[in-house]
Amino acid sequence: MNRRRITLNVNGRDHEVWAVPSDTLLDVLHDELGMADVRYGCGEGVCGTCTVLLDGDPVNGCLTLAVQAEGHQVTTMRGLMGPDEALHPLQECFLRRGAAQCGFCTPGMVLTALDVVQRLGRPTREEIRYALVGNLCRCTGYTKILDAIEEYAGQ
Amino acid sequence: MTAHDLQPHTRSYRVVGTSPAHHDFVDKVKGSLHYAADWRLPGMLHGRVVRSPLPSARITGIDVTAARALPGVFAVLTAADVPSNEIVERASGGLAELEVTMPVLAADRVRYMGEPVAVVAAATPQLAHEAAELVAVDYEELPGVFDVEAARADGAPRVHEVGNTLVSWQIRCGDADRALAAAEVVVQGEYRSQHVEHAYLEPEAGVGWIENGVLTLRVSTQVIEHAAMIAHILGLPQSKVRVIAAYMGGGFGGKEDMTVEPYLALLAWHTRRPVRMIWDRQESLVASTKRHPFIMRYRTGAGRDGTITAQQVEILGDAGAYPNLSPRVLFAAAACACGPYRVPNASITSTAVFTNNVPSSAFRGFGAMQVVLGYESQLDQLAARLGLSRTELRERNFLAQGDLLPTGERLDTCVEVAQTMHRALALLGEPPQPSGPGKLVGRGLGCNRHPYGRTIWFRDRASAWLSLQADGTLLIRSGVTDLGAGQAASLGQIAAEVLGAPLDDISIYIGDSALNPPAGGTFATRQLYMSGNAVLHAARELRERLAPVAADLLGAPADDLEFAGGRVRAHPDGPGITLAELAAACDKRAVSTAHLSTWRAQAGSFDPRTGQGDTFPDYTYGTHAADVEVDTETGQVTVLRYAACHDVGRAINPMRVQGQIQGGAMQGLGYALTEDMAIEDGYVQAALFASYLIPNARDFPDVLVDIVESGEGKGPLGARGIGEPPIGNVAATIASAIHDAIGVRPDRLPMTPERILTLLDERRQT
Repeated sequence: MNRRRITLNVNGRDHEVWAVPSDTLLDVLHDELGMADVRYGCGEGVCGTCTVLLDGDPVNGCLTLAVQAEGHQVTTMRGLMGPDEALHPLQECFLRRGAAQCGFCTPGMVLTALDVVQRLGRPTREEIRYALVGNLCRCTGYTKILDAIEEYAGQ
Repeated sequence: MTAHDLQPHTRSYRVVGTSPAHHDFVDKVKGSLHYAADWRLPGMLHGRVVRSPLPSARITGIDVTAARALPGVFAVLTAADVPSNEIVERASGGLAELEVTMPVLAADRVRYMGEPVAVVAAATPQLAHEAAELVAVDYEELPGVFDVEAARADGAPRVHEVGNTLVSWQIRCGDADRALAAAEVVVQGEYRSQHVEHAYLEPEAGVGWIENGVLTLRVSTQVIEHAAMIAHILGLPQSKVRVIAAYMGGGFGGKEDMTVEPYLALLAWHTRRPVRMIWDRQESLVASTKRHPFIMRYRTGAGRDGTITAQQVEILGDAGAYPNLSPRVLFAAAACACGPYRVPNASITSTAVFTNNVPSSAFRGFGAMQVVLGYESQLDQLAARLGLSRTELRERNFLAQGDLLPTGERLDTCVEVAQTMHRALALLGEPPQPSGPGKLVGRGLGCNRHPYGRTIWFRDRASAWLSLQADGTLLIRSGVTDLGAGQAASLGQIAAEVLGAPLDDISIYIGDSALNPPAGGTFATRQLYMSGNAVLHAARELRERLAPVAADLLGAPADDLEFAGGRVRAHPDGPGITLAELAAACDKRAVSTAHLSTWRAQAGSFDPRTGQGDTFPDYTYGTHAADVEVDTETGQVTVLRYAACHDVGRAINPMRVQGQIQGGAMQGLGYALTEDMAIEDGYVQAALFASYLIPNARDFPDVLVDIVESGEGKGPLGARGIGEPPIGNVAATIASAIHDAIGVRPDRLPMTPERILTLLDERRQT
């Protein structure tokens, strides 16, 4: 297969990687760049565990080809954190509210939540629910996740 | 206590009863936790399983030539390459079931769609995929059987030569036939549940390698003790297999049986290279174990005052093609079939039947959750027949401490189910009004009795090791595996409570069969009960050893000492000494600051012939309540409000307790209303995750939680287990609310709009 060198800007830093055209952004971020906060959950764009921001918009890493991300800014949840792993205020709310159990959905949830708060300012609980339909959680029952996002939106 | 009131309310404890954010929470919100798939080693290969596309067939030939010839392929293994090609699971401990083993790789016969036939390892996941496609298997289709009742009929195709009835449990007390004949009222019903997918968001995954001659697997598993079975399969000494459990991205029982382990083991052992295996979601949907569909037939007799006199229960569970944990699941169903009610005359039969469906096995609730729909539906029907309120009827029949269960066991802890019922209903507030014409509203409730701890004849035990380090910090080592429910974190809180080390000074090492004392797996709502008690006892024993040294330094009696805030004090206001100073003093006096403790659960035995004996150590009781609206035009059920209350004995970490209850209730709502892992003639119908509907954030309302703390559980400090119990009540609660709204009782899960419309049609016709 025709591998080629591409440059991906992830969390503000350029990475040069070899990729074949069929490689997904998820494959490259997780397996090549070692970004464990971008996760395979279904490969269908249903569960949202591979969510990243592409120029600020949430996309499924499993439905985006790596070559499509060239020339764009990719942000994973760890890209929200400050120096010395300082938590983003939204992550602080997740921590305080107990909004994670197994934690597998958390990075995708946080990125989608950040997007809805940035778009709507102070979204209602219903608007947050609507925004999160593409991010499934099997552990928490969503209540504490919604509590965390509402708290952040109210700050 | 409401969902937003997390203040410690147990003044006698400092750490227990609070909700600190533990190490695992912090890693999870940072995204820095390394799950099973996040592990990479030099030269690592990628494994893939070749699976049967047919539910029942003879294998007439396997040709691996083309697959082996593909460049970049390192191994293509079939049954002939497995040293001991059997997975032996005697889930009843050999008490009652047929002896049937499951091959690691099918040799001459496949019994379900998705059964592993071969396994490959290649340099990349894509190459492994291609190689798997090149494995040519010739099948000759055989007749299969896909329905439990068809499987029990004379002349049914045999899934295994020895027969299709895997196990049949009987529990008997009194004379149910006679009492039913004499009963003033008898209600009966048949209730059916469906195959259900665990749908943990992390698919089955792991990495295997060989280090110092030891086969090491780091996998997403609830049970590191499978190391012994892996050694058996490879013909290795048990000392040469090590299993490390990564923190799981959910398990819910689906990672209680082995998943990737035997395949990784074979490939790593054969290639001598590290191998990673991740099941595709679509592969997991087809081939992973499911929750047993049940057929439950109930007959309940009562006096006119509502006192239950007898109950007859027949349960049939679809085990699928292999035993897995079915014998134990069906036992739990039998032991819990009468719920939290006094039934003086009972006759319970619970049978697991082989079919050519994908194997069923452990899934949160483990048989005890399916039967709630049965016994609660019977109670509601009885209330309607007698013109009694549903709560009044229940209060007349609730078990109390000292009562006998149908197995002849006496309940030796308190039963606060009535309190949970009143509190759950109170959380709902005023009944809602219909939102428009054609809409009907209803309120429902469902109570349950759910065991925590293993079936009692397994003589369960768990060990834990604590060590006070020279600098006064604390290590905990425990073989516990962590599903995400805080299994490790709660151990830290218990140790902190007893030894006074600040939580930030405690590190917890878990889930390693080589380096941790065994804790048993994380299942059966057993780890707080078992490892919680092990850590509590280890901490108390260690404190007893350290206290005389501290007492000597402080010039005070050992009994007066307080261990808190990283110090030991003789008086609350005194400076005392630090734990580091205590550790140094112990070192000088050759007093060990490390301690291993093994805690044993109460033991007992069960006689399968008489249906009498001991079943489980204890139970968690609870009630859920819901308001629903039914659209009579579309059959759509909207859950308007949902409330749950359980007696957890003592909430070690109230926020995590709420999380378990909220999450369990949400999984239960999916089970009740949307989730159906339909299998037609052995073929799984949900080929995509998109076609299996687990609840999303919009589907259901928030789950309101109230917690009762009776202080009478058998776990540490009086705690009861809460992992599984809250999934049990939900289907019965929703059925009860729909019944209240439309006047007809749903008896089949999931309660889809189509089924509700059928019920509405039936109502119009009668």
